[in-house]
Amino acid sequence: MSLTATGIRAGYRGHSVLDDVSLSIGAGETVGLRGPSGSGKSTLVRVLALLHTPDAGHVSLDGDRIDGARHRVPADVRTRIAVLFQSPRAAADPRLSLADLIAEPLRALRRPREHVAGRVAELADRAGLTADLLTRRPHAVSDGQLQRACLARSLAHEPRYLLCDEATTMLDASTQALVATVITEQQQRTGMGVLLVSHDPALLARRADRTEDLPTPPASVR
Amino acid sequence: MTLLQIDGLSVRFRLRDAVVQAVTDLTLSVRPGELLAVVGESGCGKSVLAHALFGLLPRNAEVTGRALMGEVDVLRCGEKRLAREIRGRRLGLVPQSPATALTPVRTGRSLLAETLRAHRRDPGLADTVAADAGLDAHALDRYPFELSGGMAQRLVTALALASDPPLLIADEPTTGLDRPLVDHTLDLLRRRCDNGGAVLLITHDLAAAERVADTVAVMYASRIVEHRPAPDVFAAPAHPYTAALLDALPDRAFTPIPGHPPMLTALPPGCAFAARCPRADTACASRPGGPVACHHPLVSEAVA
Repeated sequence: MSLTATGIRAGYRGHSVLDDVSLSIGAGETVGLRGPSGSGKSTLVRVLALLHTPDAGHVSLDGDRIDGARHRVPADVRTRIAVLFQSPRAAADPRLSLADLIAEPLRALRRPREHVAGRVAELADRAGLTADLLTRRPHAVSDGQLQRACLARSLAHEPRYLLCDEATTMLDASTQALVATVITEQQQRTGMGVLLVSHDPALLARRADRTEDLPTPPASVR
Repeated sequence: MTLLQIDGLSVRFRLRDAVVQAVTDLTLSVRPGELLAVVGESGCGKSVLAHALFGLLPRNAEVTGRALMGEVDVLRCGEKRLAREIRGRRLGLVPQSPATALTPVRTGRSLLAETLRAHRRDPGLADTVAADAGLDAHALDRYPFELSGGMAQRLVTALALASDPPLLIADEPTTGLDRPLVDHTLDLLRRRCDNGGAVLLITHDLAAAERVADTVAVMYASRIVEHRPAPDVFAAPAHPYTAALLDALPDRAFTPIPGHPPMLTALPPGCAFAARCPRADTACASRPGGPVACHHPLVSEAVA
């Protein structure tokens, strides 16, 4: 059981970022990923999250080869992979309350209303969000609080794999520790595999079972 | 001699139905050669402190206290004097979000040359100043939207360094940079101090503060709770909040602080950390004073 990228070549508008990159995340495993800025860490996350179609190579999810990306992939496959992005501001719809933000992935799959309400309460509680925060919209909460809401949202469908793209870099130490604690509990409960993109050697040493490196890109793209 | 002496600075924002107490009774000084790090959780008032010194607060802000640079009180001297004598000249700023600080229709080189010219330096130095900030010369020919977050961050750092101000305020200057560039930027700030300049580093990154700071001021809920030499703060924190924050680091206990910081619109009358503090008792209902703002500090000599 693993989320695997094999021989990935990917880029944007003919400009290649990744060339023949392979990476595998086993169930329950925490894999660190580091590399200098511009080395394609975020692109690899987008490929693994089925958000970006690679030019060559493919992604396999628990043994099944996935073709295409985004909405061409069936919803019950897509929801097995979740992403926690670096900037919660950029990853949150400013019009939604935190409760709606967490509920969005559940509503997208038309889960019944009672089920959604219950799940939101449970997820918010796990992420340490109090009821008064849930009615607020992103502009009225701190980055740390918003990232905790994004964390709750990412766990809404009990994903098999969670991809964290520098997810705690801009957070204070206490919020970083809380996010790590919630993710570890989820791993122990469900055997979720985690990819941890980070520059922080202390964090990788603490959390990752093993760490992979992406090579340095040519200077012109850094 | 001090470059900057802040006394009793308070900043409040009046909203329609509430008052945000963003900075409360803050006293700090920065000497030439000193690198002072102000650390704390997001939303504790760190950046408001920087904006107050530059006169960049919105109109609904009420500022009290003094901030002297030599004879000039930068909080009272007026926009004209701030623009002509202080900003960029005696007080440089590396702003927190480079994406909003750069003029989108000008290349980095054009922005940097203009800044150098305005400060009567050779605009041809643009490449050198950029290289000091860790930015390759070819990146200067790009427009801000063509730069990665890390490149934009290095460009705003270069712009702040272009005027070579005696005191630099760096507000989260390492956001979006990978580890080698973080270290490069921090070492650059350290070198400025070693050459007689001074830096006020605002950061949530405790490892960064530990690497370069001479002194550390820990902010919690709008107040400085502990202000001591950096090695003491990291080896033997005196305030329970500092200790809890350090314990959250991945190379220490990696445990989050229980509970939440108080809302800046509803600060308690006593110690703002009491609700989350393992050492709190009835004494904490009154506000603690002294260099370590705690009734039950972990290191007692720090209070004496």
